[in-house]
Amino acid sequence: MLRFLNLTLGGIGTGAVYAAVALALVLIWRSTRIVNFAQGGMMMISTFVAWSVIGRTGSFWLGLAAALLAGLILGAVVERLVIRPVESAPALNAVIVTLGLLVFLQALAGIIWGGEPRSFPPAFGIVGFKIGDTRLLFSPSDLFAVLAVLGLMILLGLLFQRTSIGLQMRAAAFAPEISRVLGVRVGRTLTLGWALAALVGALAGVLVAPASFVSPNAFDEILVFGFTAAVLGGLDSPPGAVVGGLILGLLLSYLAGYAGSDVVTLGALAILVAVLLIRPNGLFARPAGRRI
Amino acid sequence: MTSHRLNSTLLRHLLLGSIAVAAVLLLSTVLDPYRNLQLTNVAYLVCAAAGLSLLTGLSGQISLGQGALMAVGAYLTALMLADGDSGIPLPVVLLAATIGTALVGVLVGAAAARLRGPYLAGATLAFAIGLPALADYRGLAATLGGQNGLVVFSPGPPPGFTDVPFDRWQLAVSTIAAVITLILLANLMHSRFGRSWRALRDDEVAAQLAGLPVARLQVTAFVVSAACAGLGGALLAFATGLAAPGAFGLSLSLQLLAVVVLGGLGTIPGAVYGSFLLVFLPTWSASLATRLDLSRDVYANLPLAIYGAVLVFVMLVFPAGLQGGISRLVNKMR
Repeated sequence: MLRFLNLTLGGIGTGAVYAAVALALVLIWRSTRIVNFAQGGMMMISTFVAWSVIGRTGSFWLGLAAALLAGLILGAVVERLVIRPVESAPALNAVIVTLGLLVFLQALAGIIWGGEPRSFPPAFGIVGFKIGDTRLLFSPSDLFAVLAVLGLMILLGLLFQRTSIGLQMRAAAFAPEISRVLGVRVGRTLTLGWALAALVGALAGVLVAPASFVSPNAFDEILVFGFTAAVLGGLDSPPGAVVGGLILGLLLSYLAGYAGSDVVTLGALAILVAVLLIRPNGLFARPAGRRI
Repeated sequence: MTSHRLNSTLLRHLLLGSIAVAAVLLLSTVLDPYRNLQLTNVAYLVCAAAGLSLLTGLSGQISLGQGALMAVGAYLTALMLADGDSGIPLPVVLLAATIGTALVGVLVGAAAARLRGPYLAGATLAFAIGLPALADYRGLAATLGGQNGLVVFSPGPPPGFTDVPFDRWQLAVSTIAAVITLILLANLMHSRFGRSWRALRDDEVAAQLAGLPVARLQVTAFVVSAACAGLGGALLAFATGLAAPGAFGLSLSLQLLAVVVLGGLGTIPGAVYGSFLLVFLPTWSASLATRLDLSRDVYANLPLAIYGAVLVFVMLVFPAGLQGGISRLVNKMR
């Protein structure tokens, strides 16, 4: 029973990070219909910025702020410089641009920070909470990760549902031409969408870095799991991304705990294929009509 | 009239192919072994890339999992050549690996035919990550050699050619296999299948209304591309003497996709240039880094940085790939 509880808590911890990565991908997919394979690279750059700031100042919170700021700026710059020109091109060109960007960012990080993995300090202790005499495999640091992702999601929900900018962003994603006619600056909302998505990714990077360390390729696997989570939930649905992330985190945690860690990647593949064969557009997709 | 044209197309492809094989074989006598190895790498990449180009450029399906299909071909080859002298002739081994991978392609293609766009990309991405992990799976690690992979005992040149150095023999086999693949693909692209795939890519609903069996055509395209990837993987195993999971990571699948889009989707010359770029660009930028005497971190990463920047740049400047850019220039000059 304790084992099950530990695996569940661990699954929620990693699931929260997958959910954040999935959310970053979904925000970009909704606004620009692009799957951002460079997300892992952008996360990695902002996490390295945090690592440098923490190294200089010794403050985790300054590092986190620097990462979020770096994410915002990087997202906006990437959208303006390389994504804007391919938005009207065939879908595959955007895929290749983001892949090229991923390779470029990883090489750039290697040039600036070197190739070896760097350890990253956690925000809080990593020794598990104690209930009675038993120590859980869930630490204050894990709790912080879950709460931080949850808090960010609530803020994003408020932004999209309650503010004028959020409404404009949803309108621009839903019907760009009509929104433009109605006076929405569609170009700006797209840039803002990318910046926000990169901010969510930056948070995920800082949260996962104590476990994965920081190196140019550190986040490849997390990007794949985040993408799997986003596809599970349906790429158009932010709540779907969150639920998909948590489901994937829990299932992979149980798989690793009960069946062994060598089946985790295969398990992710099996879960994804099984879900997609039953619901080809993800769990939370609304049925889409095909236009003739 | 039609049969005459068909014959002349086939003849033209055969002629071009024979010239290419002869040119590479002649060239291999003057190049050093390292260059020959690089050309061998180009040959097996061309096989896999041309298949992916057909899949994505003609039938309109994306696959981020071609590297995993190459792994299937490579492991099948390694298992068939496991004991130094298995007695199976090399062409039979390559053909069997190709057919075996095509069978895996039937399964993947049947699942893929239900999925579209990013969902297909997601499923094939998970396939690219998940399949090489099988080598490490407890039940199979003993057969597949775990992380270290399997050593491939590549058979040497046949009697009568035994004085040919091994690098030239490997290049000859890979080039001939690649050229045969390209000739077959070129003919397939000009056939009824090619036209049906194009119709399906341009408008799936219209193709269905016109009576085309959409799902069956999509699976066929996947099987053809899987067979090409399998042959590419078999040649890789034959050329490098090793089938290990590390060689078939996600980066291989992504590089193959980059090759076909860089060269120009659905074009065979595009797959060839793209493969050349993929193999030689890192070498050129590495020699540039040595000449400029840069630090170790820069030296190790500069090739990748240039490669990434070239990918982004070509997509922004030539949205139809290099082959598209070249045809546009040629049309302008006419």
